[in-house]
Amino acid sequence: MSTSLYTRRRVKNIVAMTLSMLATAIGLLFLAWILWETLSQGLAGLKPQLFTKITAYREEGGLANAMVGSLILNVLGILIATPIGVAAGTWLAEYSLRSKLGPTIRFLNDILLSAPSIVLGLFVYTIVVLPSKYLTDGEVTFSGIAGGIALALIALPVIVRTTDEMLRLVPGTLREAALSLGVPQWKLTMQILVRSARSGIVTGILLALARISGETAPLLFTAFGNNFMTFNPLDKMPSLPQVIYEYTKDPSPDINVLAWAGAFVLTMFVLALSLIARFAFRSKVSHD
Amino acid sequence: MHATVSNDVPSAERTAEAARNAKDTRDDRIFGWVLKACALLVLLALVGAAGSTLWLGWDAFHTFGFGFLTSATWDPSNDQYGALVPIMGTVGTAFIALLFAVPVSFGIALFLTEIAPQWLRGPVSSAIELLAGIPSIIYGMWGLFIFAPFVAEHVKPWLMNNFSADPPDGQVSWLVQHVPWIARFFSSEYPFFGAGVFTAGLVLAVMIIPFISSVMREVFQTVPTRLKESAYALGSSTWEVVWDIVVPYTRTAVIGGIFLGLGRALGETMAVAFVLGNTFKFSWSFLETGSSIASTIANQFGEAQGLQRSSLMAIAFLLFVVTFIVLLIARLMLRRLKTKEGK
Repeated sequence: MSTSLYTRRRVKNIVAMTLSMLATAIGLLFLAWILWETLSQGLAGLKPQLFTKITAYREEGGLANAMVGSLILNVLGILIATPIGVAAGTWLAEYSLRSKLGPTIRFLNDILLSAPSIVLGLFVYTIVVLPSKYLTDGEVTFSGIAGGIALALIALPVIVRTTDEMLRLVPGTLREAALSLGVPQWKLTMQILVRSARSGIVTGILLALARISGETAPLLFTAFGNNFMTFNPLDKMPSLPQVIYEYTKDPSPDINVLAWAGAFVLTMFVLALSLIARFAFRSKVSHD
Repeated sequence: MHATVSNDVPSAERTAEAARNAKDTRDDRIFGWVLKACALLVLLALVGAAGSTLWLGWDAFHTFGFGFLTSATWDPSNDQYGALVPIMGTVGTAFIALLFAVPVSFGIALFLTEIAPQWLRGPVSSAIELLAGIPSIIYGMWGLFIFAPFVAEHVKPWLMNNFSADPPDGQVSWLVQHVPWIARFFSSEYPFFGAGVFTAGLVLAVMIIPFISSVMREVFQTVPTRLKESAYALGSSTWEVVWDIVVPYTRTAVIGGIFLGLGRALGETMAVAFVLGNTFKFSWSFLETGSSIASTIANQFGEAQGLQRSSLMAIAFLLFVVTFIVLLIARLMLRRLKTKEGK
């Protein structure tokens, strides 16, 4: 009797352990599968013209304008999100201690972190793209600026959260020491706290950059895309993820090859960024 | 500081110091205001996203009334819109995604916290987290070019042979003959076409596995070692420790992690847009093509005008509200564990 119970428990345990290992294997298998396809299919389409020609020439073209556009949009997004995000994170960590608003904002920031990016794109459409008709002659204009603002909205919560977490890791004795010397709080914050949390904050900015580099949905109705090289942020602006989206939908296999090549470049860029963010600064940042 | 200032300090110096103090106080206050304004932008972004979609979607809500939610018509040529098909597609894909992602994530978390040797844990968890870093457009491409054909060739025919009323091999299975309703969920007009709710759900599952498993792993690690050691000392097997000690202890946080994954799955656009098929015919079947809220917006918003645009804004509002509630529940449940830990 007791032997059979023992056997049953052992079998149950072995089955559970095997299934757990199987689950891990499945997870790793899918990772390997996706990376493998992106690498092999992408390498096949990797040609020098990818970096020199623009999308206007279709099969004979490249992705140069999309890469430049992505770069501009990402830089815009980060430039807008960083000061606001660092400031908001600083307020959460340093100023919100006695207010009820602090935990609420922190909570809402966590929600913004996983909010559907397409809805944020529509939001920017209504507050930036639609009103643009009052500035021009009645024409609604999609623009790089709008795309940058949409990306900034997605980068913002990442930066807020890492700044908040990193500042809270700074020992309180540092604050006390500075305050006891008569340093005003803004100087303490700017010159001592933010500086000592700098590497963590930079990690957050890099993670945010990795996050927005792959975003497609919010750009569809803001930057809109363009087949030409443009450096003007007031104009429609192409981006790598969006060209991948268009080229994947295209029925022509030659165009699909370009999409894979773009996917390869994008994936390498994003993975490199997140690896640098994770290992170069050797700090613990969670980014769920 | 003031206490040490004696009376014989020249008054000019004292006024200078008072002025400096006043300036510092003022600067501090302005600095605090600026920071607070930036923090309030987070609040503004959420309220703004909800408000703007409701504002521009009002026309659709007003025109179609409550029927907007229950009508399965989506007909731009006659300007008639109902959100049922996109809603069903969103719910269906998210359901499939959770169905596969939850057990796999649980297995991964179990493996990483209890089974794997110490040296293997770091590399494996980094690799799983790498999945979270891959842009969703890449999942979409992979889904369209690689995974959907794979499903069409190997998975869907098998499912249809076993569960549908009109299987490709012509033999209706015992299960279908004896279990009512089941065939309804597995029918498809095109047995060898890969796109559909099922495929999209699977792609979403792969996307959300890293999120759910990393939350589960983190919360499993918060279980006090004493508790587990006591159970082991009483002769429990690893599985018994996990199922009877670890899971009950972390239950709310585990559910929170699942809701976090659900929130992601509901709002995901690009991974789904390619593999869902973008059709607007109502169907109960998981193997049929469909559309989700996010994919409908992505596909139609560019060319939409008037009532169609308003309808798209209206479903965006619905999506936002639902994900907001789901994420709210997720965060509240995840927070409960932190209070338990005393953090």
